[in-house]
Amino acid sequence: MGVLTEWTRSGGQGLRRALARGWAPYARVPMLGWLFGALLAVLLERFLGTPIARGLGMPGIPALFGFDLVLKQPLLLPSAIAYVLLIYALPTALVARLGSSLANRAAARLLSYPLVISAILHLALLYGVLHTWSGVNDYRLLVVRLSLIAVMVTLSLNVVNGYMGEFSCSHPGFMALGAYTTSVITVVLFVSDNQFGEAVLPPVLGPLIFPLSLILGGAVASLGALLVAIPSFRTRGDYLAIISLAFMFIVKSLFENLEVVGGARGLGNQPNYAGLPTVFLWTVLCIWIVNNFVRSTLGKALNAVRDGELAAEAMSVDTRRTKFVAFLFAAFWAGIAGALFAHVIRYINPDTFGVRKLAEVLAMVYLGGLNSVSGSILGAVGFNVLSEALRPLEILKWIIIPILLILVMVFRPTGLVAFREFDPAQMLKPRDNLAEEMSDGLAAS
Amino acid sequence: MALLRVENLTHFFGGLRAVHSYSLSIDPGQIRGLIGPNGAGKTTIFNLITGRYKPTQGEVYLDNAPITGLSLHQIAAQGLGRTFQNLRLWRHMTVLEHVKLARYSKLSYGIVGAFLGTPKRVRQEAESDRRAMDLLELTGVRRYAEQIVTNLPYGAQRRVELARALALEPKVLLLDEPTAGMNPEELVQMLQIIRHVHAQLGLAIFLIEHRMKVVMDLCQIVQTLNFGEVIAEGTPERIRSDPRVIEAYLGQEVVT
Repeated sequence: MGVLTEWTRSGGQGLRRALARGWAPYARVPMLGWLFGALLAVLLERFLGTPIARGLGMPGIPALFGFDLVLKQPLLLPSAIAYVLLIYALPTALVARLGSSLANRAAARLLSYPLVISAILHLALLYGVLHTWSGVNDYRLLVVRLSLIAVMVTLSLNVVNGYMGEFSCSHPGFMALGAYTTSVITVVLFVSDNQFGEAVLPPVLGPLIFPLSLILGGAVASLGALLVAIPSFRTRGDYLAIISLAFMFIVKSLFENLEVVGGARGLGNQPNYAGLPTVFLWTVLCIWIVNNFVRSTLGKALNAVRDGELAAEAMSVDTRRTKFVAFLFAAFWAGIAGALFAHVIRYINPDTFGVRKLAEVLAMVYLGGLNSVSGSILGAVGFNVLSEALRPLEILKWIIIPILLILVMVFRPTGLVAFREFDPAQMLKPRDNLAEEMSDGLAAS
Repeated sequence: MALLRVENLTHFFGGLRAVHSYSLSIDPGQIRGLIGPNGAGKTTIFNLITGRYKPTQGEVYLDNAPITGLSLHQIAAQGLGRTFQNLRLWRHMTVLEHVKLARYSKLSYGIVGAFLGTPKRVRQEAESDRRAMDLLELTGVRRYAEQIVTNLPYGAQRRVELARALALEPKVLLLDEPTAGMNPEELVQMLQIIRHVHAQLGLAIFLIEHRMKVVMDLCQIVQTLNFGEVIAEGTPERIRSDPRVIEAYLGQEVVT
């Protein structure tokens, strides 16, 4: 028995060491290298995807890494794996590894200019990857946009539930407020339909007014948040959870009974303003601002309020202001996310913003990790992609996803990447020095 | 001229009179002590001065400005730093973040700065970093700066709390049993650090203690509290030999 455990332990260590050694050259690949690799992979798919997929016996380019296909026709599993390796993994790894020193030099060179230049270049590459990948079909485009919107919602809820440590349930309500406000503005101003009559402004102005209407949607959501915050932040405890849950139901039934905006039938005909560039830009803006906030001392005050309100007060932190600012801020982004959602789907009804939405958002926050920007991004994208990938399973999907969630909660109670600081400047740096430090460490041990 | 002046402070918890016409005056640079048996009302007095409880009667002046009735964070921002008897650290935050957070009221970049990372914010945060590091150096916990506070040994956690209170740039520092739960070695270190901080920053310090040794070592004037009332006030030597104090601590001698 003892020998066996000894053997498995050393075996496990050996495997881990082998993996670490295999990964070592990739550890020195900077973000720039990975992005170039990914861009090449998706370009390859764009031009050679169809013949390769057909050659592997599949009807065409698999929409979502072959998940959907394999779940319908399990025999295609080897082809799907081969496709993913051949199209995505191999080219990305090859470019990342071979171009590693070049990418490092380029990344170092970029840092001699202001950081913004490097950031914009990285984001442009990332956008290029997403654009090319989602350009293959409309379904992918939808998944990408919805995932990005989910990132915004998750991040904003994480500010309240993770960073501030209160439990808020009103995010679907805030999304609804944003979605309806912005939709009414754009539909009234730019769409001729039988709900609101003729368009008021020429459609040319649409894309210019749209950002303003989004901000207005966010502001209305913040106003709703104020109604929740005033009674619930007088004391600590479960009050916020109860009041915010009530708020969500009130908002839902408000829109169900508001015939002006379609009542339970919902509101459609939103103009097609939320294309990938728009959604991408707003998501980046959201991540940047939220990350700025939570890393500032004003944002750290949220953690202090969560971990010990009395000590925070005694250290001159205005805890009431801190809580209000964070809650309204979170609601603002939820509102904007809701508004973008409405313009992606181009139809909303009150039912969209119910308990199911709440469950999804909470799942994304707790899956990804509390108190972590990167966790929220991972949680939102992971949950969305998984949820889409398992769609062919229909009802079984709602058994598998909760089981996965339970497993995550059992093994990592605070989520996959919880309590981690997200430093974009660190990501843009060349990584050859880092790799040297690591190999030094290995040699020393 | 007194830096911290307390006049006739009285406080009731329901029908219980916890503090009865308590007065105090601390001059700049002075170290004063408050001793007394358990339940005498020492921590209540701290909570009244720092604004956690509103006194039923009486006034508190900091630097001649009345602070009675202000909220906890306002009083803290005016220059009253405190530590807690049972450590109240934030368990998910690093040591450096603790100390920086106490500079909350010193930052003026506001919400816009926090959201957008303006140059003003960058400048003020850098300034905060520098000052926080100096304080960590002063209290001897600089090497733990990037660690999560719960990973530190107990004595070091106490010192982080002290550094955090100092980051408020307080005029008066209130220490609630700064050596509670320490072993003899940690105790000696803590005394050295308090003395060092006092010498370096020239603060007025008001401390609650249980251990006579600490009070004897540090304080110039000591008050003894029993059932919410001051029963003796004077130099540590006089207090130690005062029969009323001995009675309060040890009980009355019954001669048969």
